[in-house]
Amino acid sequence: MFNKFKKNESKLHQKERKLAFFLLFPTIFIVLSIVIFPLLANFWISFKPISLGDLRPPKLIIKENLRDKLINKDKTAEIHYRYRNSSAKYDLNNVIFNDTIPKGFTIKKIEPNDTCVIKDKNLTCNLEKVPAKSSGKIILTITTNDYSKKNKDNPKNTRPTTSYQSKNILTSFEFTFDNFKKVFSATEFIQVLKVSIYYTIFGTAGALLVGLFAAQILQKSFKGRTFVRGLLLFPYISPVIAVAFSWVILFDPFSGVVNSMLIQMNVIDKPINFFGQKYTDISIFGYIFKFPLALSMVIAFEIWRYFPLSFLFILARMQSLPEDVFDAAEIDGASPFQQFYYISLPFLIGIISILFLLRFIWTFNKFDDIFLLTGGNAGTRTFTVNVYEQAFAISNLGAGAAVAVVIFTFLLVFSLVFIKYSKKEAF
Amino acid sequence: MFWKYGLFCSIFAGSIWGTFWQIIFTMMGILTFGIPLELDVKQMLIIGLVSGIFYINFQKTISMKIHLTAIFTMTLFVYILNFGKPYQINESLNNVNIFILILLTSAVTWISINFSLNKISIGKLSRYDLENFYIKLMWGLGLIIFILITLVPFYIMIMTSLKNQQSLILNPLDFSLNINSDFKTLFNSYIELFTDFNFHLFLINSFFVSCVTVFITLFFSIPGAYALARLRFPSKKLFSSSVILIYLIPSIVLVIPLYAIFSQIGLRNSLLALIIVYPATTIPVALYMLRGYFSSLSSEIDDAALMDGLSRVQIIFKIAIPLSKPAIVSVGLYVFMIAWNEFLIAFMFLDDPSIFTLSRGIMSLNSSEVPQQHLMAGAVIATIPVMIIFLYLEKFLISGLSTGGVKE
Repeated sequence: MFNKFKKNESKLHQKERKLAFFLLFPTIFIVLSIVIFPLLANFWISFKPISLGDLRPPKLIIKENLRDKLINKDKTAEIHYRYRNSSAKYDLNNVIFNDTIPKGFTIKKIEPNDTCVIKDKNLTCNLEKVPAKSSGKIILTITTNDYSKKNKDNPKNTRPTTSYQSKNILTSFEFTFDNFKKVFSATEFIQVLKVSIYYTIFGTAGALLVGLFAAQILQKSFKGRTFVRGLLLFPYISPVIAVAFSWVILFDPFSGVVNSMLIQMNVIDKPINFFGQKYTDISIFGYIFKFPLALSMVIAFEIWRYFPLSFLFILARMQSLPEDVFDAAEIDGASPFQQFYYISLPFLIGIISILFLLRFIWTFNKFDDIFLLTGGNAGTRTFTVNVYEQAFAISNLGAGAAVAVVIFTFLLVFSLVFIKYSKKEAF
Repeated sequence: MFWKYGLFCSIFAGSIWGTFWQIIFTMMGILTFGIPLELDVKQMLIIGLVSGIFYINFQKTISMKIHLTAIFTMTLFVYILNFGKPYQINESLNNVNIFILILLTSAVTWISINFSLNKISIGKLSRYDLENFYIKLMWGLGLIIFILITLVPFYIMIMTSLKNQQSLILNPLDFSLNINSDFKTLFNSYIELFTDFNFHLFLINSFFVSCVTVFITLFFSIPGAYALARLRFPSKKLFSSSVILIYLIPSIVLVIPLYAIFSQIGLRNSLLALIIVYPATTIPVALYMLRGYFSSLSSEIDDAALMDGLSRVQIIFKIAIPLSKPAIVSVGLYVFMIAWNEFLIAFMFLDDPSIFTLSRGIMSLNSSEVPQQHLMAGAVIATIPVMIIFLYLEKFLISGLSTGGVKE
């Protein structure tokens, strides 16, 4: 009896397992093909000498031309096939092209004559190899007795078909370490690393602190609190392109509001190029130090755009804090700062550390914001912008992929830390 | 210590609020009236300080009449301190705008002082009262600063889009709207975007791609999330945690291989490419959010339905989906927003202007040949649908966002 029950149970389990697999399969498939496979492909590409131009596979381009139209004195015409290898780098091998000769035409001469064969009106030319950049010509001399057909059956009516093989750099087994050498040996590597770290740490910590402050403010109930809470989320939910460009225009050195306002109020005497100036000198007590202006502006934007997220999470956690704890503290005579320091903060430290790690990872991965604000110029080039710079601005896909591998390595380390901590915090 | 006395608090609060509002209202005046105003912090600092002392002495006997008198006296003092020419503008006595500006500055300063010093006595304060005073002051200042810094870029965005090139160059600070100008001149940038820059196409493309993304995402993530929440199968834990890890992978790491592969198979410059890539980035988020919601539903209903002979698939359609409609709607809207706001993939993949999405289309406006106000009008067009969705379903979204959907 018990055995039977057990057997049924395991059957049920099996059924569930099958169903679960069936329900999850599409997700697994999509994620594997659009996330995991490209991730692996990225490693592959990072070891290849590949540029943006190599993505266009080499092609045999053929143009067919009918010369003379059968009115010269020999009553012959010439069909010219001009072919060209579109690639400047790779040869085409085993090149064969076919074309059909229309009825009523006879071939008198083929030049060069050893390449082509005619069989049942089918022309087959074996060009064997067309080297990179090279081009050539095949000339057929044709004649016909039936002039009436010449307009109906133009030899150009049939288009030549071609077959050839070429090396595809993406799938070949040609590897190189040059990309990594380039990425690591460049003097800018240290610079990019520094900028990335500054951006990530200050952006993350800033957004968290501001978010914490905003959560403290919005925790108190007042008229219009829901409205303000919604308002503060605007920067986060708006399209990045819209808010980034409005910041650019706001801080524009020529027609920006901030510069004009500061000049008008006699705070500065000439406009500051906030997003275009790498350093500005600031003197404090006679000591002049170089302040990284553009980087700070980009960090300020990051804080402005992402504090709502921290604020939302911290607020949600604070509202789950039981009210009577504060009442009890109040009766015991704890002052507001004491209440914050001894009750709220210990309660929030879990969510704050999780948020810090998550935001840290995302800030490190942030591309859009910096790219739209400065394009990675003026000392704001982080790793993510460097991927774009290498792969698409300099057109060296391999180097870009190598930078992406560096990013992924960092990401892996951060994720391991995250997993370790999030288990503790039961995220 | 002197700073523990109510009198010091009143001086402190009064001067802080006076200075603060003077700065804010001067800026507002410059932007709304389009007149160059000079910032003079000292006058309001002194007036605020005196008002603070006045308030803390007489707060118990204060009536509506005294409130009004105080505000007008403050205004009068601004004129007296400036010898009748506040903001250094000639003939300003006749300028109604300036008068309103100063009156507003005074009124708001007075109200802020009232708020900060309410129930603060003039003598030595207890630690509790003292901290409460500073917290209240910070709360007020913080709230206003937060609202302002959030709104200013949006304000500039909207106002710039309504200006014309000539007036922007003439005075970049003049955001006053000419009420007499007709609809056509006011919304000129928008009209030009739709007539000359194909923005109607971009809107349709963005809308199409976002809707399809939502549909595909929900179609695959609802069953997946149900399986993760309810069914027992081996390595379920591993699967759940790898969902989080998947959405930590940024698009910038994937964009090169995707670009290469899609170029080779000739899919790159097409909306189909976006429709393939977007769901792959949103499904893990949706899966994660929906799994959380399904787990929070009681599984007893499912068990009862199983007893009644419903299959698991039937349960998904007849019980799980109807019960979690709000969650599904909020996840759907969230996914819509992700797809609508997406920039990187659209920017890399689309070359052909007839298939641009809004993000890509706005990027194409960012050149020296296209005037600023067109760029800002484009930004407004891209922002409005997101704002509508957000305001309409704020509650859903906030609960959705804070239950773990934290993908940008």
